[in-house]
Amino acid sequence: MNDKRLFELRRLTIRFGAQAAVTALDLHVDRGETVAVVGESGSGKSVSALGALGLLPTGTDIEGERYFDGRDIGHLSPRQWNALRGGQIGFIFQEPMTSLNPLHSVGKQLGETLRLHQGLRGEAAKRRIKELLTQVRLPRVEELISAWPHQLSGGQRQRVMIAMAIANDPKLLIADEPTTALDVTVQQEILALLDDLRDRHDMGLLLISHDLNLVRRHADRVVVMRRGERVETGPTPVVFDTPQAAYTRQLIDAIPSGRPAPPEQDGETPLLAADRVSVAFSRPKPFLRPRPPAFVAVEPLSLQLRKGETLGIVGESGSGKTTLASALIRLLPASGEIRFAGQRLDTLSGDALRRQRRGFQSVFQDPYGSLSPRMPVADIISEGLRFHHPELDESTVAERIAEALRDVDLPPDCGDRYPHEFSGGQRQRIAIARALILKPSLLVLDEPTSALDRTVQKQLIELLRSVQARHGLAYLFISHDLAVVRAMAHRILVLKDGKVVEQGECEALLENPQSAYTRALIDASSLSLP
Amino acid sequence: MTSSHRRRLSPITQRRLQVFRGNRRAVWSLWIFGLLFIVSLGAELVANDKPIVMQYDGHWYVPLLVDYPETEFGGFLPTTADYRDPVVYEQIADNGWMLWPPVPFSYQTLDRDVQGPVPSPPGSRHWLGTDDQGRDVFARVLYGFRLSVAFALALTIGSIFLGVVIGGIQGYFGGKIDLIGQRLIEIWSGLPVLFLLIILASLVEPNIWWLLGIMLLFSWLGLVDIVRAEFLRARNLEYVRAARAMGLPSHLIMRRHVLPNAMVATLTFIPFLFTGAITTLTALDFLGFGLPPGSPSLGELVAQGKNNLQAPWLGVTAFVTLSVMLSLLVFIGEGLRDAFDPRHILTASRVDRPAAIPDSPRQESLP
Repeated sequence: MNDKRLFELRRLTIRFGAQAAVTALDLHVDRGETVAVVGESGSGKSVSALGALGLLPTGTDIEGERYFDGRDIGHLSPRQWNALRGGQIGFIFQEPMTSLNPLHSVGKQLGETLRLHQGLRGEAAKRRIKELLTQVRLPRVEELISAWPHQLSGGQRQRVMIAMAIANDPKLLIADEPTTALDVTVQQEILALLDDLRDRHDMGLLLISHDLNLVRRHADRVVVMRRGERVETGPTPVVFDTPQAAYTRQLIDAIPSGRPAPPEQDGETPLLAADRVSVAFSRPKPFLRPRPPAFVAVEPLSLQLRKGETLGIVGESGSGKTTLASALIRLLPASGEIRFAGQRLDTLSGDALRRQRRGFQSVFQDPYGSLSPRMPVADIISEGLRFHHPELDESTVAERIAEALRDVDLPPDCGDRYPHEFSGGQRQRIAIARALILKPSLLVLDEPTSALDRTVQKQLIELLRSVQARHGLAYLFISHDLAVVRAMAHRILVLKDGKVVEQGECEALLENPQSAYTRALIDASSLSLP
Repeated sequence: MTSSHRRRLSPITQRRLQVFRGNRRAVWSLWIFGLLFIVSLGAELVANDKPIVMQYDGHWYVPLLVDYPETEFGGFLPTTADYRDPVVYEQIADNGWMLWPPVPFSYQTLDRDVQGPVPSPPGSRHWLGTDDQGRDVFARVLYGFRLSVAFALALTIGSIFLGVVIGGIQGYFGGKIDLIGQRLIEIWSGLPVLFLLIILASLVEPNIWWLLGIMLLFSWLGLVDIVRAEFLRARNLEYVRAARAMGLPSHLIMRRHVLPNAMVATLTFIPFLFTGAITTLTALDFLGFGLPPGSPSLGELVAQGKNNLQAPWLGVTAFVTLSVMLSLLVFIGEGLRDAFDPRHILTASRVDRPAAIPDSPRQESLP
């Protein structure tokens, strides 16, 4: 075995009971090299890394040979494992919000790792903590040591996680979807940081990701996995330029493409018109002191949406996209004038507003949370119909349900089943069917594709486009992903901190962005512009 | 939800039933408790001082349901016949027959023919002996059990109704309603319940309805916090937002989407409410502030046991009855709690379905 080789798996097989999660996986990571494992959710990428390092629950059946730094790690005692993990092997997990203990300060959590593995205490530990925080390029290191996790942003937390992972100079760093929960511009910074750390410490980096853009930019070699098996492997440029397996091609091609059909041009009044709409949340009044100024989530802005048109609202998390959309459909109180189909919406309330809601429906981001788990699909879809049209009899309702299911390409017999029996993409289709059954003229789509795999995403975008063409729907499409927005939107509105940065026709805006912020977004999503 | 053609249990309910059935102790407890309760419901058929049916001079009589005057059976008084009176007994036995319940004493029958001083020890005549007034202990336990359980049942149902409605409104609407409601509840819960009951006992003749009413005023308080927290959490779930965006009115959203979530916590709370109601009623009876004198009451039996230490069967019977009843309820409650615990479901389902692992293939490709 050559001494460049750091980590190697040979014919790794992981079984949960009778079900194989990973089958005969071969994988190796050299020093100073980034190897990416890509695949859709459920392909076994995380399980293989966790399993190889003994992090899966007991009772899991693991076969095959595992080597780390020339040493067989197939039969280690729990004590040996603990010395290895966190010491020579560092981990970064996906969710920075939950992987830090909220009750301990940043300095204390870092200090714990140092004390356990290096026996550092007191001043020496503090010096090392500062050094680490500087290494991951966090600002104001002195203050950060005593900061609590909730005071940090997602990107900063992920940096703290990275600092913890590299605290003991690991030889191998395993990053499991390290940037999925972060904004695109932050993603780039984090990966650049990882690249830099790898070069400086001559680490091996095992990057687990579903994001091909990211992998293409940062990995030296790629392993494509599907259903627990290795489909293809090779140097990154080779795999991306001349993919051998059909599945790899499918993954690469799954970048959303195409453009929506142009809306019918007619001179009638816009479907939705907002005039100087703003949203502000008042802050609690401290005792005996004046109330602090309200937090402005959306600054006054005006927009118009015509029939059959899609307006993409783009921005990073916290930019006020969802707040704006919720305000426009009166789910949140807002000031300013909103007109829907020529009628004032902002002055309605109670029953009058509820009746108007038929005309605009919404689809939310999380396909697992937006369907009531206790109701069969037919009940979920027909709930709004039964309420708004109590005069319809059973057979008409059944017909409308079947029609809505047909609209979203789901088999008509799935009405009796429960949401948990469906995959993420199918659930999102159910959510769309629930919205379509009321025959609305406006659909608010709040990140409808961001929880889905690329291939499923692409299918859903095509579905949404065909539904729009068929029914002449207007979409308010919220997303942080410019690739998706480009495939969906006629016009784009870029938001940052509740302010409109830029707006205009989709193609024109993407080809010739006026603001640095839009350019950064475009750059981060690596759109291949025609 | 008016459709009737698909009324199968939701998968969550199915899984919960499965977990509950897996807990053998809870299932057995439920069966035993259910059996005891059903038997006690028919207490009049088991222990009574009247025959169930009888024939006299070729005519049929049902003394269990109809009061017949003594003159009907050759007596002298126009009052309700006392079938245990030796004269009447003889008369009927000569001219027909009677079908007696297995225990020929009701809870308030004074047995005047008992041998020796009362309380008399257990024997073939009185299975569990008599109390210090010569009443059959078994009959009193049977009727007392029924009364306790019925009282607890009524109190639990009432508390759940009040607690869910008040907690639900507070949690769902939040804001000022929540704030004011919580403060009012804090003040209300500061009132001393036992003290109120004792004052009441001196003002009115306490009967079971008074007790139920007074205890109902306070017993829902514990439930409000749980239901409110569940509603607060659930109102921000995406499917609740989706229902709001669809234009459903608040009361429908609460009933259809939020309540099923809150019911989980509520159901886990039921055993505590239930046992709490039984012990409170027993305690009040023990102190003498509870049910009117003469009522079949377990608390009164405990008091008799304390006053007649020379007759241990009184205390022992009361102790065994109460501890068996409360233990059964606790076991059932444990089973319920486990069935509703999502982590328990996970471990139970992992045995036969290994799909409950992170990153497992649940994303099938679309049609």
